[in-house]
Amino acid sequence: MKSVLGGARKALGSWEAGLLVLLAGVFVLNSSLSPYFLDYYNLIDSTLTFSEKALIVLPMALLIISREIDVSVASIVALAAVLMGVASDLGADTPTLVAVGLLTGLAAGLANGIIVSVLRVHSIVVTIGTLSLFRGIAVAIVGDGAYTKFPASFAFFGRGYVGNVLPVEFVIYILATVLFAIVLHASIVGRRIYAIGANPAAARYSGISLARYRIALFALTGLMSGLAAVLLTSRLGSVRLNIATGWELQVITMVVLGGVGIAGGTGTIIGVTLSVFLIGLLSFGLSLINVPGIVLNIYVGLLLIGAIAIPNLTKIVASAFLSRHKES
Amino acid sequence: MMEILARTPRAPLARLVPLRIFRDNSREAILFGLICLMAVAINWRAPEYLAPKNFDNLLYNLSFLAILALGQLPVLLSRGIDLSQASVLALTGMLLALLSQGSPDLPAFAHVALALALGALLGATNGLFIAFLRIPPIIMTLGTMTVYRGLIYLLSGGAWVSSFEMSDAFKSIGAMRIAGLPLTFAIMIVATAGIWYLLSATRSGRNVYAVGGNPVAARLVGISERKVELLVYALSGMAAGLCGYLWTAHFAIAYTQAAEGREFAIVASCVIGGVSIAGGKGTVPGAFLGALFITVIDTSLPFLRISPFMQMAIIGAVILIAVAANAQAERQPGRQILRRSDEQNSGTEISPGDRS
Repeated sequence: MKSVLGGARKALGSWEAGLLVLLAGVFVLNSSLSPYFLDYYNLIDSTLTFSEKALIVLPMALLIISREIDVSVASIVALAAVLMGVASDLGADTPTLVAVGLLTGLAAGLANGIIVSVLRVHSIVVTIGTLSLFRGIAVAIVGDGAYTKFPASFAFFGRGYVGNVLPVEFVIYILATVLFAIVLHASIVGRRIYAIGANPAAARYSGISLARYRIALFALTGLMSGLAAVLLTSRLGSVRLNIATGWELQVITMVVLGGVGIAGGTGTIIGVTLSVFLIGLLSFGLSLINVPGIVLNIYVGLLLIGAIAIPNLTKIVASAFLSRHKES
Repeated sequence: MMEILARTPRAPLARLVPLRIFRDNSREAILFGLICLMAVAINWRAPEYLAPKNFDNLLYNLSFLAILALGQLPVLLSRGIDLSQASVLALTGMLLALLSQGSPDLPAFAHVALALALGALLGATNGLFIAFLRIPPIIMTLGTMTVYRGLIYLLSGGAWVSSFEMSDAFKSIGAMRIAGLPLTFAIMIVATAGIWYLLSATRSGRNVYAVGGNPVAARLVGISERKVELLVYALSGMAAGLCGYLWTAHFAIAYTQAAEGREFAIVASCVIGGVSIAGGKGTVPGAFLGALFITVIDTSLPFLRISPFMQMAIIGAVILIAVAANAQAERQPGRQILRRSDEQNSGTEISPGDRS
């Protein structure tokens, strides 16, 4: 079964190549749909719409590769953002605000990791609980109000530019991507994450502490969600109870479309990066021609289903054809 | 030989007798006791909670959530998950509301039949892709969750269909009563009984447990995994479709965001009721009580003068406590065997679920 899968994969070309073709298609489509698409400043600013989510995509890819999942990320963003708002109201300066955001994320992620490890239940169940709990705490604090008073220097992260050409958010995202790529593809830690995902029992027999990796990965996911919260809060300059709603599913969609198998053990950082740009630029292009977000979601949903259905369909048709060929 | 093995024994009808529910399932008994205790405590603090006026409200909310949770149950039993239920609910509600606008002469029960058929169709679409194209259920239903939701917008242009645009027949079901109780509640009871019968007394139902409990063994005795998958997703869609119509008829409004975000509350109901997300474990009374538990908490907070903004945090904490309690209850011989085989380093690790 595995060799059949591997063979089909090779025959179809790598997932990443497919994504690259799609991405090129989006470029062509978008630039033919709107003359404003291929404008440097438009394009680079469009990265602002997905950089924050993309920062969570990276650790989520690692989690899913290791057979876990965290559906509470958007709630962690909300909790971190609200606590930053509280801190700001109490007169905290910019470095303190950033620390509050990052530490809240880290603490929430640690909590997820520890609960999953202690209870030994599937992480989707635990994080459905914390999804409700974290956002619930945030909602209980902010109520129907909003936090809008942030120090002027805090706006740097979400609205600043490096050398007037690259948004700070984008630079942070690119740096994070490089870091994650190195960790996953060129370090022992990365090899072990694949090992855990491919065969947890074997990984354990070879001396990997599953619990330690699990807790660390959840903590990392929390931390990156905290970072995303810092950037988002800085960019919006306002925190309300519905901040980052629905992000968990968008993040998971980006990860899976990027070729990370939900069964664990497969996926690359290049893949999820291509998928982030694919969805990000598709959204941007369609918004230029005034396609509403909810209609755009139809395309993303179809893309997600199609991305997995079409290779599988090809495989089934091919094997049916082959077996008929053999018989005759 | 295979022929004989493939026959899943018919569970005796005696298992359906309510009195026997709690003897085998102490977890359900504890949950039921807890709910009774809560209801008594709430009623003591706020006597108006169980007053007739609010009791109706409680019954409606319970009916909607229970129908959805009972649809989700077979899916979870088969090791799947259906995140598209809330979108199916909203899409079916919108389609029927638009239909009733166009053809106001359609009788009330035709709507119910149409809702079931539409829901089954939308759910079977999930089932087809999952069973035949081997798309992981979480991915497929995540996809259709957004696609179906988007379709509502395309159909309605983002506009609401409100009470005065719907036909009287359409709305009548939402207000009808049987023996003093809302018809919606009676429909939920019938649906619950139906799912219960299916899961505990028919071969298809036992096959769902078999596939979820041990897919490899199920395949070896000749149970078709595909048939089971098609069945459970069609059922889940049917439940969501039915609920979609009842919901729209009761609130007399159809809009794009209806029930958005409820998908996690549905799964949480099942989990609180002791349904295992890993498949094969879970009962109809469990899922029903889980839905009742969440409904009681949901509806009682305003009466206890707890800020509505606290609601989400409380539900989250409750889910985590329930999950912890269930996990504790499952710490039994099974785990011991697993651990021992780890220590012996026997190397013959059998993990059937990971093969497929």
